[in-house]
Amino acid sequence: MNHPLLIAVLILAPLIGFLINGLRYQKNSANLSGILATSAAVLSFFVSVILVSEIFSLPQESRKIVVQFFEWIHVDSFRVNFGFLLDPLNSIMILIITGVGSLIHLFSIGYMSHDHGAAKYFAYLNLFLFNMLILVLADNLLVMFVGWEGVGLCSYLLIGFWFKDSQKAAAGMKAFVTNRVGDAAFLLGIFILFLTFGTVQFSDLVAMAPSVAEVSWWGPITLGTLFLFVGATGKSAQIPLYVWLPDAMAGPTPVSALIHAATMVTAGVYMIIRLNPLFLAAPNTMAVIAVIGVLTAVVAACIGLLQNDIKKILAYSTVSQLGYMFLACGVGAFGAALFHLMTHAFFKALMFLGSGSVIHAMHEEQDVRKMGGLKKYLPITHATFFIGWLAIIGMPPFAGFFSKDEILGMSFQSPYGNAAFWALGVFGAILTAFYMTRLMALTFWGKARFSDKLHPHESPWTMTLPLCVLAFLSAVGGWIGIPHVIGELLPGHPENFLEKFLEHSILPILDLPKAMPTMEYLLMGTSVLLAALSAYFAYTMYLLKPEWPKKLADKFRPLHELVSNKFYVDEIYESSLIQPLIQLSKNIWLYVDVNLIDKTTYVVSDLTKGCGGFVRILQNGNAQTYATYISIGIVLILSILLMR
Amino acid sequence: MYNLNWFSQIGLQHYLLLSSALFICGMAGVLLRKNAIVILMSIELMLNAVNISFVAFSHYQSKLEGQIMVFFVMTIAAAEAAVGLAIMVSIFKRFREVNIRFFERLKG
Repeated sequence: MNHPLLIAVLILAPLIGFLINGLRYQKNSANLSGILATSAAVLSFFVSVILVSEIFSLPQESRKIVVQFFEWIHVDSFRVNFGFLLDPLNSIMILIITGVGSLIHLFSIGYMSHDHGAAKYFAYLNLFLFNMLILVLADNLLVMFVGWEGVGLCSYLLIGFWFKDSQKAAAGMKAFVTNRVGDAAFLLGIFILFLTFGTVQFSDLVAMAPSVAEVSWWGPITLGTLFLFVGATGKSAQIPLYVWLPDAMAGPTPVSALIHAATMVTAGVYMIIRLNPLFLAAPNTMAVIAVIGVLTAVVAACIGLLQNDIKKILAYSTVSQLGYMFLACGVGAFGAALFHLMTHAFFKALMFLGSGSVIHAMHEEQDVRKMGGLKKYLPITHATFFIGWLAIIGMPPFAGFFSKDEILGMSFQSPYGNAAFWALGVFGAILTAFYMTRLMALTFWGKARFSDKLHPHESPWTMTLPLCVLAFLSAVGGWIGIPHVIGELLPGHPENFLEKFLEHSILPILDLPKAMPTMEYLLMGTSVLLAALSAYFAYTMYLLKPEWPKKLADKFRPLHELVSNKFYVDEIYESSLIQPLIQLSKNIWLYVDVNLIDKTTYVVSDLTKGCGGFVRILQNGNAQTYATYISIGIVLILSILLMR
Repeated sequence: MYNLNWFSQIGLQHYLLLSSALFICGMAGVLLRKNAIVILMSIELMLNAVNISFVAFSHYQSKLEGQIMVFFVMTIAAAEAAVGLAIMVSIFKRFREVNIRFFERLKG
């Protein structure tokens, strides 16, 4: 097969969709533009299926397709090709992006059918796919950075899609500015790595990564990877830059599903996995990543406990799950991170689309306190959401169980991990089970709390079909990574397919202790049991004993206040960073710009003007005056000559 | 030099003094007056002041070149007066006045 052509089609199909819809956004109807955009995404999906099967057909050691399109930058010894690379690692990514992307495009046709700007929406969505594909297929850091910025732009455009609402426009701005902080660090990371290794090519960087770990905090690899990680915290919403993601829910719900759950926010995780040998060479960075990851997982889950907006709960849940992925990266379990990235893309996209279906049915109502009893009205949405719920709280044999338990197990067993990581991870899982059950209970179960005038109805097939497909994937998606201890029990002894597939893309953890089956069972059993208990507790609390939440809230009033106000993080940022920055800018403007620079230029200009005014009087166009000057001049010259 | 002789005996200096006095009068007229005819007359005065100094030098140095020069100057003065007066007539025809400021109208 012609690989350059296939990759070009894969990447360019969404771009062409974007151009068609984007240039005719006033003329194309919602349906036409939706079908156009969806077919572009589906075409990309088919091409990526072909490409991935090509990858499969290659022998295991050489599963790699490299395509160089043209030389992009050539300055002295610095050369960057506009090149793409496909290997097992990003073949999973492109399947997720184009597959889940196509489903979400399809869902959007129904969701956006009443919107006047639908063509523009689909154009942005296609542009996003294009940039995301560049990001994951790039074979060097600079091309990746192009995609990295592109997805940020699309995220901004789509969050602020309903920009007439100034709050939504502000949410878009917040996302963009927060990401910019991360992107600046990402660029610094690229610079440091380039200074150290003299290349930005992934293959060269990975090959040049030293086998001896760098101990110092100030070594070039540690610094470079730390900066790259700060970039990842921006894009993947980790502490301290996670604040934009919950606000990003202002965008249309399918966008939240595609960009802010399944694909874009995982870019940071993907970047770390892509450069895993480099990160492994910097144990300090690994420790930072693991700590930030597990903290984010717990803190975001805590905040999620008391949110009332259905999308905000899911947003905090996304932040928390991304925290797990970073925890996995931090303890060196890159395969587990990619595995969780994939299963999370399935079940979180499913839940976001489900919440979109709920919001659509409830006529734009997002407050879970005003829902309830929707199981009766939205049977398909409920059934699919139920599977997503089982997946995210980690019940076997649904997808989330395998990936989350691999992460938790690795955080315990890996030489980079320890029991504290595991305990915090399990605590996060307990919180996850609690808030997701609360969401289910308040939304779908119990008595209806909305007015009688509202008649919720099930969504059209374009919306329920993606839900069903994603529910299926959430149920079985985890089976490609069944751990050995469970595989041995099952009939046919299924191998851990994913681990084998990624064998040559990801460095194994050195001196990983031989896992003992009893230990693994114990770890799994504990987390599943605790999560189940927590879910049961939430079920009791919100359905059987509805007076409990209020009682608990009264009892722990200060704590309740703190958590329901999201730990006042936004307020702290506002007062400690944003306001001082604004004041500083104002002062610089007033004292440097207005008073110093402006005034200096005024003085200079006044001086020139004054001189000009004086000289202007002399040159008045009157021949007699000129004759006078000439005479005066002659007299002066003569007198000087005579005086000598 | 500052004796009675200076008053009784007319010499080169006296002619030169006269010449410069006339020249300065003429120059003042050219620079200060607005009436074009007066300016023309003043120019005539300056030319004649120069003529006096030419003749005086020629006489005291016993050379004829200065006097020949005077003829040239007179010729040119006559020509200049003819041209100048012609312009002035046309200016007068148009503006009913011969103020020098109207000459600005000759600008392209």
